[in-house]
Amino acid sequence: MELNLSPEYEAFRQDVNRILTENSHLAPGPEDRGMKHPKRLAWQKFLIENGLTARTIPKEYGGYGAEPDLLKSRIIAEEFARTGIARPMGGQGISMLVPTLLELGTPEQKEAYIRPTLYGEMIWCQGYSEPGAGSDLAAVRTAAVEDGDDFIINGQKIWTSTAKQADMIFCLVRTDPDAKKHEGISYVLFSMETPGIEVRPLVDMTENANFNEVFFTDVRVPQSGIVFEKNKGWQVANATLTHERGMLGDPNATKARFLELVELMKAETLNGERLIDNPLLRDRLIKLQGEVYAMQANGLRVTTASLKRESAGLAGLIVKLQGCELNHQIAGLAIDALGELGILYGEGDHLRADGSWQWRYMYDLGLIIGGGTAQIQKNIISERGLGMPREPKPAKV
Amino acid sequence: MEFALSEDQRMLQDSISGFLKDNASLDTIRKIADGNAEAKAGLDAGLAEMGIMGLYVPEAMGGSGLGLLEACLVQEALGYTVAPSGFLAATVAADLLAKDQATYASGIADGEKVFGLALTELASRRDGSGVTADNGRLSGTSLLADVPTGATHVLVADTSGACHVASGWSAKPMRTIDRTRTFQELAFDGVAAEASTQSDPSALAVARLLVAADTLGAAQAMIDKAVEYAKERKQFGRVIGSFQAVKHLCAEMAAKLEPARALVWHAAYAMDTKDPEALVMANLAKAHLAEVGTFVAKTATEVHGGMGFTDLLGLHYWFKRIGVNRQLFGSPEQVRQTAAELQGLVAA
Ligand SMILES: Cc1cc2nc3c(=O)[nH]c(=O)nc-3n(C[C@H](O)[C@H](O)[C@H](O)COP(=O)(O)OP(=O)(O)OC[C@H]3O[C@@H](n4cnc5c(N)ncnc54)[C@H](O)[C@@H]3O)c2cc1C
Repeated sequence: MELNLSPEYEAFRQDVNRILTENSHLAPGPEDRGMKHPKRLAWQKFLIENGLTARTIPKEYGGYGAEPDLLKSRIIAEEFARTGIARPMGGQGISMLVPTLLELGTPEQKEAYIRPTLYGEMIWCQGYSEPGAGSDLAAVRTAAVEDGDDFIINGQKIWTSTAKQADMIFCLVRTDPDAKKHEGISYVLFSMETPGIEVRPLVDMTENANFNEVFFTDVRVPQSGIVFEKNKGWQVANATLTHERGMLGDPNATKARFLELVELMKAETLNGERLIDNPLLRDRLIKLQGEVYAMQANGLRVTTASLKRESAGLAGLIVKLQGCELNHQIAGLAIDALGELGILYGEGDHLRADGSWQWRYMYDLGLIIGGGTAQIQKNIISERGLGMPREPKPAKV
Repeated sequence: MEFALSEDQRMLQDSISGFLKDNASLDTIRKIADGNAEAKAGLDAGLAEMGIMGLYVPEAMGGSGLGLLEACLVQEALGYTVAPSGFLAATVAADLLAKDQATYASGIADGEKVFGLALTELASRRDGSGVTADNGRLSGTSLLADVPTGATHVLVADTSGACHVASGWSAKPMRTIDRTRTFQELAFDGVAAEASTQSDPSALAVARLLVAADTLGAAQAMIDKAVEYAKERKQFGRVIGSFQAVKHLCAEMAAKLEPARALVWHAAYAMDTKDPEALVMANLAKAHLAEVGTFVAKTATEVHGGMGFTDLLGLHYWFKRIGVNRQLFGSPEQVRQTAAELQGLVAA
């Protein structure tokens, strides 16, 4: 156990903190809406150029080109959490596709896609789920039939986040209908501008239409968009999902929200009493604090395992399940603490924190479901973590 | 940065767990619960021989000079086998006495002095009991004292929160749900305080953190037993561990306990390195392990079906260990109140 940072890392932390605080006026706020808002793009560029995001991605692909150093990445994440300054862009392109391309993409794919994606100029959506393929993702049916150098794609995706804004899609399609379920899938990249693609927004419970249905009718795309190999898309998809689950349980993001909740409870009063002075609310707060600290310590353990290139075992497998649930509970307590005013949403004079707690309470529930539901996580924990048997296949009738 | 146990720490874990596996079997635990003094003495002697009692006593005072993290690993192993031991009392006493009562601390290390704890006063003052110190004389009663067999001294907290060393008391057993451990009501009848020290929040935090580590061990044992049982027991022609309802119960237990383990390590490390948040973390660990432990105790029992409820498997010893730990040195609500106070979140 050694959690003190060496002087080199301590100096690095101070540098990061200084760069962030000195330039916080450049950071976009909630009012700068739109994924490609100039302020957002400029901030992203600033962060990349200062090595505060895309840090270990090679310079030739638009990254900062530093040696991988998990500790530094961690320090950066912690400083964003501590200062509350707008984080770098995330999203499925940056968090999921870029690492996948770095691992499995062709030189041309890396060249063409990584830089604009990192700079926020190329937005991606993830075309995995279909009406008949949710948790059972390998059941995808969207068909890609070869035609010369192209595929002709027909079918439908659903729950595709940001499809409306996306320039590109990474998509799971069935390229061999006769192969076994997992062996006939390919992972293909193509432009959302391709003729024959229709995007229909779906409004979600937060009143946003971030989700979409995406319909493909005779969509002609080049076969060169295949990542890795034809019919090996299942392996590629799994690589991407690992990145997604890592992103979904980040304990530093959880800690930042917890601190916001503490501030809320100190600032807001009810019947003349600060919320934090209500012993029942305070007890719930400290109860969550125990969980937040536990997840943080767990995160340190996982980081250490990755530094040593060891498996973190159960400590790693539980992150998505526990982290998303905890975020949801933090938002739930904020709403209860606000009491009657906790129900306000959207706009209005008495709205607290822009209504973000209600938004999070709903959105975090979405994240408990998305990226592998809580139940699927429990299957994984019990099977891979505890060595319990898989559910037997039902007998054929 | 490294957040992992060192080679030495893992060896310590292995040696204590190895010893307990052989010497604190369920059979032995049953005997101890039934009041078999010989079984208890055997276990005590073996543990003393392992040299753990002086683990937390500084080297300069003849101890091993190890940290609270190591102490937590030992306590976790004790919890795993529900072994009763004077280790917690020795460690808390060492924490308080090493500051200005070196002779007592070295006595703990060489086994000459065996300490019990009568510290309830620090966490739970009650009407009708309590010890007062008057001109160096102690009188009154202390509830739920943890006094190992053969104790030569007790560390007793008075109603003002000061702690005293005493070697004369009379004891009346207090029966709890956990028959493997003894708790007593101690009475002091004007006995001299041999030494006195101001208590500080650290002693209580040490005690609470050790209890958290104990629960961690006991809960891990319950998960291991539940998973093992689920892989063997068959119903409807298949092992119950292939039913998703059962798998999910096991996954939930593991998902809650695994981060709790990291919290105990982190809190102990923070105490050892005098991190400004150390006391907060130790209290958070106690409260959090109380909650997670209770969940595991209930859930693991359910996974065992009727077997879990019977005495046949002895699972209830772990259930009760966790149940007692939850209240010892303060219920989760009390402990969270301490954590809030330490952070200045409670209006003066
Ligand atoms: C906020 C959000 C964003 C998303 N973004 C995207 C995106 O950009 N691209 C994309 O492709 N998809 C996206 N999804 C889809 C997401 O991956 C799926 O919703 C998810 O995998 C679950 O599939 P489903 O909705 O079909 O539910 P189902 O699979 O139908 O599940 C319904 C219920 O059945 C349970 N269940 C199903 N199978 C099992 C099993 N084997 N064992 C136990 N329980 C089971 C589930 O846990 C759940 O409770 C998003 C979802 C959300 C909520």
